[in-house]
Amino acid sequence: MTHLLEAKSLDAFYGDFQALFGVEFHVDQGESVALIGANGAGKTTFLKVLTGLLPVPGQSLSLEGVDLTALRIHQIAARGIAMSPEGRRLFPSLSVRENLQIGASVKRPGPWSLETVEKLFPILAEKANTPSTLLSGGQQQMVAIGRALMANPKLLLLDEVSLGLAPVIVRDIYETLPMIREQGTSVILVEQDIGQAVAVSDRLYCLQEGRISLEGKSSELGRDEISAAYFGRAREAS
Amino acid sequence: MEWVNAIVQGILLGGLYALFAAGLSLMFGIMRFVNLAHGDFIVAAAFGTLLFVDATGVNPLWALLPIVPIMMAAGYVGQRLVLNRLSGKDILPSILVTFGLSIILQNLMLEQFSADSQRVSAGALDTSAISLGGGLTVGTVPFLLFLSAIGVIAVLNWIFAKTAIGRQLRATSDDPETVGLMGLDKRHLFGIAMALASAVVAVAGVLLAIKTNFDPAAGPIRLLFAFEAVIIGGLGSLWGTLLGGVILGVAQGLGAQIDPGMQILAGHIVFLVILVLRPQGLFPTKRGS
Ligand SMILES: Nc1ncnc2c1ncn2[C@@H]1O[C@H](COP(=O)(O)OP(=O)(O)O)[C@@H](O)[C@H]1O
Ligand SMILES: [Mg+2]
Repeated sequence: MTHLLEAKSLDAFYGDFQALFGVEFHVDQGESVALIGANGAGKTTFLKVLTGLLPVPGQSLSLEGVDLTALRIHQIAARGIAMSPEGRRLFPSLSVRENLQIGASVKRPGPWSLETVEKLFPILAEKANTPSTLLSGGQQQMVAIGRALMANPKLLLLDEVSLGLAPVIVRDIYETLPMIREQGTSVILVEQDIGQAVAVSDRLYCLQEGRISLEGKSSELGRDEISAAYFGRAREAS
Repeated sequence: MEWVNAIVQGILLGGLYALFAAGLSLMFGIMRFVNLAHGDFIVAAAFGTLLFVDATGVNPLWALLPIVPIMMAAGYVGQRLVLNRLSGKDILPSILVTFGLSIILQNLMLEQFSADSQRVSAGALDTSAISLGGGLTVGTVPFLLFLSAIGVIAVLNWIFAKTAIGRQLRATSDDPETVGLMGLDKRHLFGIAMALASAVVAVAGVLLAIKTNFDPAAGPIRLLFAFEAVIIGGLGSLWGTLLGGVILGVAQGLGAQIDPGMQILAGHIVFLVILVLRPQGLFPTKRGS
């Protein structure tokens, strides 16, 4: 069976600097997959590769069996990959509602619309006409997720949703994840907090210095095993 | 009375400068692209008006009908084929290429039309005047020109504020990379932005042809006035650009009143003073992060 998304032996470069080495990765329909790893491990780089922001010509990366490496960013978005990027990247000259509307530019049919997104995050309806720069960090994160949902993606990428947010707010945001998954959307979430990552994912990958150091079912991986892969103690021990 | 008259004429002249400046402001605002050939494109549109009137003999305002769409199409195609290759983090390639383009355009026009100063007649409109009361009269042409500047800027602002494409252009101006994640092709949006700017250039060129004399070398000074109007008004605000044009026009009008030779210099002096006192311009748009 073909996976929804599949990367085989994937390398990625910034100029001469190699950031990813032989990454084997897949996501199946409806799955929630966590990607963890220390700062600089290459998590954001991997998501940039998936969206086309960092091109990897000639490599093996496919969505529903279709080669993504020959497509441009906007074409990949049109095929159903949407991202809430690291640092949110909202459009400062657009209001909250306009930020959401522009997410629907790909015109993919599906359950998500202005109405359903504002139902998921009611505060966004209240702040519809506010400039996005005047929102709190948590509200901005909701806009970023809502904007990605407006594309009705098959695969939703969440890069460090909890960065800089208070724990209560992080909990509020993660509480919406099951509702998003209910619609059949698959999710890849990048998370610094290992406990959080394990709790909300079916499977988990750990990146270490650009290489996958661990892969498995989130419920079956032990805490020690994960920290070893995360911090790289496994290699020292062997 | 003479002074009041000089101010009124200056305000009206400012409308023309604002038209020159609006296209420049759009290109820079959305694409961070400096077009040194901007003034030459305006003059080219003016020569286009001349050709059109020579061929048809109708009122030169009709020249808007062919010239606006032609320039829009040329702007889109030129952006897609040439300028998009230059847009990047570095502003220098676009400056070099448009500088070259400026020289090429000037020479082509020189070749085609000679160095003679030209003027297009709008018939009875040329000499008609409107009374503003209190002994003040203004020429119909400068008055219509000022109204068109306001109209053009109002339409552009409406597009940016109310339409989907305007929203996409503002987003592109904020963050062209993230716009791609929304499924939008930056190259196409840049093309649209250039087409819009070219429409304004076309309008400015046709009105320039009716308002004043022009010759193949008239572009760079138009570019200079446009730059000054944009910077006085503050980058990113089209109404600010209109005000910048008006301030420049009034300064020139008052300068000319003191001494005819002072006209251009007075404009530059006011520009310099504002640049020193308020380098961000009068109405800069505040942009987050
Ligand atoms: N634009 C870039 N140019 C060059 N190197 C980069 C760039 N972005 C990230 N890197 C490098 O790539 C590596 C992985 O970074 P990143 O993917 O951002 O890590 P993470 O998201 O896991 O913290 C780091 O060593 C980082 O310094
Ligand atoms: Mg990161």
